Amino acid sequence: MNMIVCVKQVLDPEAPPASFKIDPASNSVVPPPGVPPVISPFDGNAVEAALRIKDAKGGKITVITLGTNLLRDVVKKPLSMGCDELVLLEDPAFQNGDSWSIAYALAMAIKKVGQFDLVFCGRQAADWDAGQVGAGIAEFLNLPIVSLAKKVEVVDGKAKVERVVADGYEVIETPLPAMITVSNELGEPRYATLKGIMAAAKKQPIVWKPADIGADASKIGAAGRRTKLVKLFQPVKEAKCEVIKGETPQEAAVNLAVRLRQAKII
Amino acid sequence: MADYKGVLIFAEVTEGKLPGLAQELLGIGRKLADALGEGLSAVVAGSGVSGVAQQAIAFGADKVYVVDDPLLKDYLTDPYAAVMQKVVEQAKPQILLLGQTNIGRDLAPKLAFKLGTGLATDCVDLSIDPSTKKLLQTRPVYGGNARATFTTEGYPQIATARTKAFSALAKNDSRKGEVVTVQAGLAPSVVRTKLVNRVKEEAAGIKLEDARIIVCGGRGLGGPDNFKLLEALAKLLGGAVGASRPPCDNNWVPTTLQIGLTGKIVTPEVYFAVGISGASQHMAGCSGAKHIIAINKDPEANIFREAEFGVVGDLKAVLPALADKVKELLKG
Repeated sequence: MNMIVCVKQVLDPEAPPASFKIDPASNSVVPPPGVPPVISPFDGNAVEAALRIKDAKGGKITVITLGTNLLRDVVKKPLSMGCDELVLLEDPAFQNGDSWSIAYALAMAIKKVGQFDLVFCGRQAADWDAGQVGAGIAEFLNLPIVSLAKKVEVVDGKAKVERVVADGYEVIETPLPAMITVSNELGEPRYATLKGIMAAAKKQPIVWKPADIGADASKIGAAGRRTKLVKLFQPVKEAKCEVIKGETPQEAAVNLAVRLRQAKII
Repeated sequence: MADYKGVLIFAEVTEGKLPGLAQELLGIGRKLADALGEGLSAVVAGSGVSGVAQQAIAFGADKVYVVDDPLLKDYLTDPYAAVMQKVVEQAKPQILLLGQTNIGRDLAPKLAFKLGTGLATDCVDLSIDPSTKKLLQTRPVYGGNARATFTTEGYPQIATARTKAFSALAKNDSRKGEVVTVQAGLAPSVVRTKLVNRVKEEAAGIKLEDARIIVCGGRGLGGPDNFKLLEALAKLLGGAVGASRPPCDNNWVPTTLQIGLTGKIVTPEVYFAVGISGASQHMAGCSGAKHIIAINKDPEANIFREAEFGVVGDLKAVLPALADKVKELLKG
């Protein structure tokens, strides 16, 4: 099985909300000091989905990451988890894209990688949360798509996918090659092993520029956007919490119940 | 683009009826159409769904495109995208709205790329810019830490709406509208994927989306056992139990209980957040609650910036005492 996983480096979504700051002049987020970026969490689930199929069927996993200021020990994490190759789309021309121009660039890179059976993406990236790139790549490459996967198996040359729906899940079968977007219900991504970390340390990522993937300059990065960001802002929070006290937690609980009753909340 | 006119909404049909979110789409669709001085249409697609057209008119549509075909009985990406492309090419709307549901999350981006236009997902605010007449699309980003407003150059301008972000109009059964039948015209070979089975996992009882009171547990519960304390309180109050993502990811509770950005969006009267830090991704799911009450042993937890009332303490000590006093107060 030849598999591709698209992985994005993002600001750590677990950073405390109080550390989140916007620079209004550039409509961008100020990276919180001392908090390194991470692999977008749903992309971690996507890597895990590919690794489980590699465990079952054997094969090769190529990870593709598009971004700027890519930290090698962050983007190499999928390699240390067990993936085989890392391709970086690292060039100013790829910068400041939206779902459209990013999906286009990734699709062109996937074409260059060559024959594949499955492409995995996280369901949405933890920064912009748009949830479009997987569908976009599928459209550019004319692939069937199954989204929100919580389980993926390859059976008789087809992928059998459990897809999350509001009250449970659906089982969907797709021919290959196909695109699958992955959700957290798939399960926690595996930890890197020491052997994996050492192997990853020796591997050099392949870096591709727009010319390497035959990308049309007008379709990538800022030039290829179909949406325009007008404003990035933090809604003003006015809430003030009334902390109910007590000598003991039990007493505080009693006081809370009384207060809620008084406020006609219960 | 002079030939693109009006607002078109994709009305998901659930069990032969127009669900709340479809009604809300018609509500905001009506506002946007009125701001543009244009009409509001809806698409109803499925098998045996033509009866829903009149409901869409009652909730505000001037025109309803009905695509009724056995191949549309269950949602799959390929047939629904093909049919929607056909309707959009016929209707040529300036604006296309869908709900941010498991269907909308799949269909909307597929359509946007098929039609070569832009999309903003999970919008909580939609309005027409008075000078440019373009759709201003505002959505939460960075896990809910911020909001971003977008515009789209191409047509249609596509957006998906978050549940309960917008209001439905009052139902008016005497409203008149036009019903247009569109043939699906689908070759079976268009449908590449296959629905094999559907498995229902939701617990019986009050649905989280409908519950007036929710008691929600987070990572602080430490394991599945402490959820019994939440169940006891919920039972007293006639409420439902929910969870943030960590208890679901750890398999302490079923994933259908997940409340948050990628889980359920709820708007109860009362929301108890127990052992929940208050991360933005979780708050995205519950910030619409009228009264939020936080119980957490960490006084610095972000939840205390979001809640109306709070107790700093160990939930194992607080919850039983809270339940006992609530029981007493409800009797009296």
